[in-house]
Amino acid sequence: MSTVASEKLTGFADLDALRSSIQAQREKIETTVVLCGGPGCQAYGCKAVIEAFREALDDEGLEESVQLRVTGCHGFCERGPLVVIRPAGTFYQGVTAEDVPEIIQKTLKNNQLLDRLLYVNAQTSQKVQTEKEVDFYAYQQRIISGANEEIDPECIEDYLAVGGYSALAKALSQMKPDQIIEQITESGLRGRGGGGFLTGRKWQSCRNAQGQPKYVLCNGDEGDPGAFMDRTIMEGNPHSVLEGMCIGAYAIGSNQGYIYVRDEYPLAVENLGIAIQQARELGLLGENILGSGFDFDIRINRGAGAFVCGESTALMASIEGKIGDPRAKYIHTTDVGLFGKPSNLNNVETWANVPQIINRGPDWFSSLGTEHSKGTKVFSLVGKINNTGLVEVPMGIILRDIIFKIGGGIPNGKKFKAVQIGGPSGGCIPETLLDTPVDYEQLTDLGAMMGSGGLIVMDQDTCMVDIARYFMNFLCEESCGKCTPCREGTKIMLDILTRICQGQGTPEDMEQLETLGEDVQTASLCGLGTSAPNPVLSTLRYFRDEYEAHVKDKRCPAGVCRELISFSVTPEACTSCSLCVKACPVEAISGGTRKGKGKERTKVPAVIDQDKCIKCRACYEACKFNAVAVS
Amino acid sequence: MSSEQLSSVEEIDLAAARRIAAEHRAKGSSLVTVLQDVQTEYGYLSREVLEVVAEQMQVPLSQAYGLATFYTSFSLQPRGRYHISVCMGTACHVRGAANVLGKLERDLGIKAGQTTADLKHSLESVNCLGACAAGPIVVINGVQHGKVDSRKVNEILRELD
Ligand SMILES: Cc1cc2nc3c(=O)[nH]c(=O)nc-3n(C[C@H](O)[C@H](O)[C@H](O)COP(=O)(O)O)c2cc1C
Ligand code: FES
Repeated sequence: MSTVASEKLTGFADLDALRSSIQAQREKIETTVVLCGGPGCQAYGCKAVIEAFREALDDEGLEESVQLRVTGCHGFCERGPLVVIRPAGTFYQGVTAEDVPEIIQKTLKNNQLLDRLLYVNAQTSQKVQTEKEVDFYAYQQRIISGANEEIDPECIEDYLAVGGYSALAKALSQMKPDQIIEQITESGLRGRGGGGFLTGRKWQSCRNAQGQPKYVLCNGDEGDPGAFMDRTIMEGNPHSVLEGMCIGAYAIGSNQGYIYVRDEYPLAVENLGIAIQQARELGLLGENILGSGFDFDIRINRGAGAFVCGESTALMASIEGKIGDPRAKYIHTTDVGLFGKPSNLNNVETWANVPQIINRGPDWFSSLGTEHSKGTKVFSLVGKINNTGLVEVPMGIILRDIIFKIGGGIPNGKKFKAVQIGGPSGGCIPETLLDTPVDYEQLTDLGAMMGSGGLIVMDQDTCMVDIARYFMNFLCEESCGKCTPCREGTKIMLDILTRICQGQGTPEDMEQLETLGEDVQTASLCGLGTSAPNPVLSTLRYFRDEYEAHVKDKRCPAGVCRELISFSVTPEACTSCSLCVKACPVEAISGGTRKGKGKERTKVPAVIDQDKCIKCRACYEACKFNAVAVS
Repeated sequence: MSSEQLSSVEEIDLAAARRIAAEHRAKGSSLVTVLQDVQTEYGYLSREVLEVVAEQMQVPLSQAYGLATFYTSFSLQPRGRYHISVCMGTACHVRGAANVLGKLERDLGIKAGQTTADLKHSLESVNCLGACAAGPIVVINGVQHGKVDSRKVNEILRELD
């Protein structure tokens, strides 16, 4: 649904009237089938489910009485494709196209539940009917991400029906720019893109800056690998970002906005584009917004696959069409930014918080969280965790609760080892510090950082030296090369880490990593370099024993580093099923078969030829009987 | 790729590049945006195409070439009919993405960043596709595959013919 059934709105009363008429219309709908079309569900094949529903509802002649709504991410990616049936709120998980006819016959027509599609709570082993009862959601507070389920991102009416653009109307009709900035400052909102700078204060600097025009920018580059929060907001609820930017622009005194979107997110570009077009048609963007006399419009720029372009000055250079290399920030971008003009850059999630604060007030917002970290934070909870997905929690919640209560702990009975927070600028936090609350300062004190919201869980099978090498490799490749400490420092640190992973490290290497890390931190030009050593320094701090095992004993305790491990088959455990033989890409495995028939039948256990083995782990992954051992 | 190599590739019709660049110039778009749209049209940025863009946008060729080499999403080589992106982001890495890439490299006989001689497959590694929850992720011509392991690579490759 992408048609706007209204003329351009020319006043605040028009918006209220349109909203009421949409809401009245919505009340008549009996049943809504909400289908998650987020990135996780897509990877699990939700497109086929969506098609199956469309066709089946048509065939059954139900397309009038049942509304189908395809939305952005619901969060519980692990169990996708997800389907929610309203008004009962029945929550089905792991749905396939084959399930659709039965859902229609039983649940839609006869109010019966399909037992096999219900979620079973891990702790109580009880099947539950609605999303509210699902343990994954129970500890969350979804003020930013929760609306995704209510909204078809291609349909501005859905956003209006849940109160969309009422904050903009309030700001334009009842508030002065200074008053808006005051409320944002009072709320304690801090940037969700990494640094955690006070949003209200940044706005104030930009408002005070000399020079015209001024620009407001949205950072949708989301370069942090393992993070997809901003993607789900841009794809699932694009109007919340537009509304936030429009309010910010009015407060700062800007008439032009830019959204810089990561190149890997084509759907975000598409949905933001549709949203901008629909908002223009309704007069919520463009000239004389809602008859207030305020003009504001937004352009979208696509990134082109450079991590450094998430950094503010590099991002602005990239929008200008230049190579994205950062500059020193003696002069702030709020004074001299995009095209040399005062510019205010905020992250996607930061912008999405703005309408909430304007509507519900700064006191409500600052009642959530810790002394200096307010509101909620959206995280992508991924890696070695049972319930992967998108979670939104109040600031101040301890990491242990996120990982064990919401995330459901570690799969396959393995042991938790670390959680990586803050991406390539962040750090790895060990089990002993899991009672640390989500709070900007406390995470920084641990040598990690809040970052943009990637939480990557690692278990006993993850090698911490390999992780440090992984991040250093990433940063070395992504360093723009402008300043020497970052360009050369990351390269030398990578060489040392590679050596250690290959079993050729020395104790001096560990010391050199530390001193070099401190140099790169102090001397680099931009945030990429100053934070680049964090993953190395934090793993050295908390997992020194693993480094020592690599350096002194030439051993990789997690069984990851190829040069230090070998694979073998335990004959007693081998059932000769031949799965490993088939999985081996280099024909290094002999045996693993059964000979003869009936009683004569004997098993020949598999044997790995160490000279041929390339240590690709294929046999280890393939074996269902834990017969392949890593040593 | 040198220009001799390039001329061995079939003659390219440059009219589309000229049109795209002219349209963007009128709109005041940035050079990065022009290159993105031109790459969408041709699948990659050949020397001839870069020359046309530079001429239309009135910038030196070196500037266009500089952008095309700085930003990793630009490709100076033709891509295969099946363009395979393997996510090497952190979430996929801890779930064994390196093994998936290794297997694809072995099976296709090319390294990440290369295209097979018959122009059927091209392979690249990328840093996070934003579907981390279902990792390891492989994307082929825009279609996502989740929880990929060695066995699933076999299935996926079989489907490509
Ligand atoms: C190397 C580097 C990469 C960054 N990448 C991102 C990013 O992908 N998304 C983001 O919002 N901020 C990123 N930042 C932070 C931005 O520079 C900037 O601080 C932020 O967008 C400001 O918005 P906020 O105050 O709302 O957080 C990055 C910073 C550095 C140094
Ligand atoms: S880390 Fe692979 S999709 Fe994000």
